[in-house]
Amino acid sequence: MIHVWLPLALVCVLAGAGAYGVIARRNAVLVLIGVELILNSANLLFVTMGSVRGDTLRTGHVLTLFLITIAAAEIGVALAVILALFRKRGHIDLSEPGA
Amino acid sequence: MTSLDILFGAVGLITAASAVLAVTTQQLVHAALWLVVALGTLAGCYLILGAELVALVQLLVYVGAVVVLVLFALMLTRAPMGRSPEHSSSAVQRIAGAVIAAGTTALLGSVLLPALGGEVLSVRTGDTKAIATQLFGAWVWPFELLSVLLLMALIAALAVSRMPTTSPTSPVPAEMEST
Repeated sequence: MIHVWLPLALVCVLAGAGAYGVIARRNAVLVLIGVELILNSANLLFVTMGSVRGDTLRTGHVLTLFLITIAAAEIGVALAVILALFRKRGHIDLSEPGA
Repeated sequence: MTSLDILFGAVGLITAASAVLAVTTQQLVHAALWLVVALGTLAGCYLILGAELVALVQLLVYVGAVVVLVLFALMLTRAPMGRSPEHSSSAVQRIAGAVIAAGTTALLGSVLLPALGGEVLSVRTGDTKAIATQLFGAWVWPFELLSVLLLMALIAALAVSRMPTTSPTSPVPAEMEST
């Protein structure tokens, strides 16, 4: 038995920390870390609901596996874009205007 | 309080603290390493919630692959080692970020907690076989589409990294650098 508010509170904290990371960071890789935290809060919400609500399709857990796969694809493309940006501009500071 | 509550509270506290540290630390590599702690303990949370398969996939894909990619990106972009305040924005933007983060947390909490938070429910454990049956039964077409998506992402990442750039800062021509 588990109180459902505990995982839900962790979902809220993770999403808030990720939002702070996206806004308050200048380095593009650190912004990406914030995006990863937001994605993981969504994952935790899926797993929590999948665990406490019984359904025959196991939607919560299966969608979490799909989301982890999509996150892997996303970070591959995002890091390729960051490296291209670094070669073009010499830095990955997002607070400076593009060339 | 049940034993699962105490266990989840302990692991969840580590997850939350390391997530906050990952977005606030002034050292680049430490941010990536705190992300390792946050994602690893999140796998522990999944384990407590009875999702063994998801916890293992989280460990393999996130802690194993994604964090290594992030560390590679930090090294390839010549990240400065040691403490440097240039990774965070100005104080005004950081305060705005903190306000928006607190707003996000409060908004999500005010929606989720009153709707679902009062319940005490038993966790289903050990239904990996059922998940596998559903994954390759009802969910097989999205699963196959995801493999196409991964292939497309791979090709796109290759194409983007081989894209010719006219770089004034780099001493090496772009064609040589991309190979």
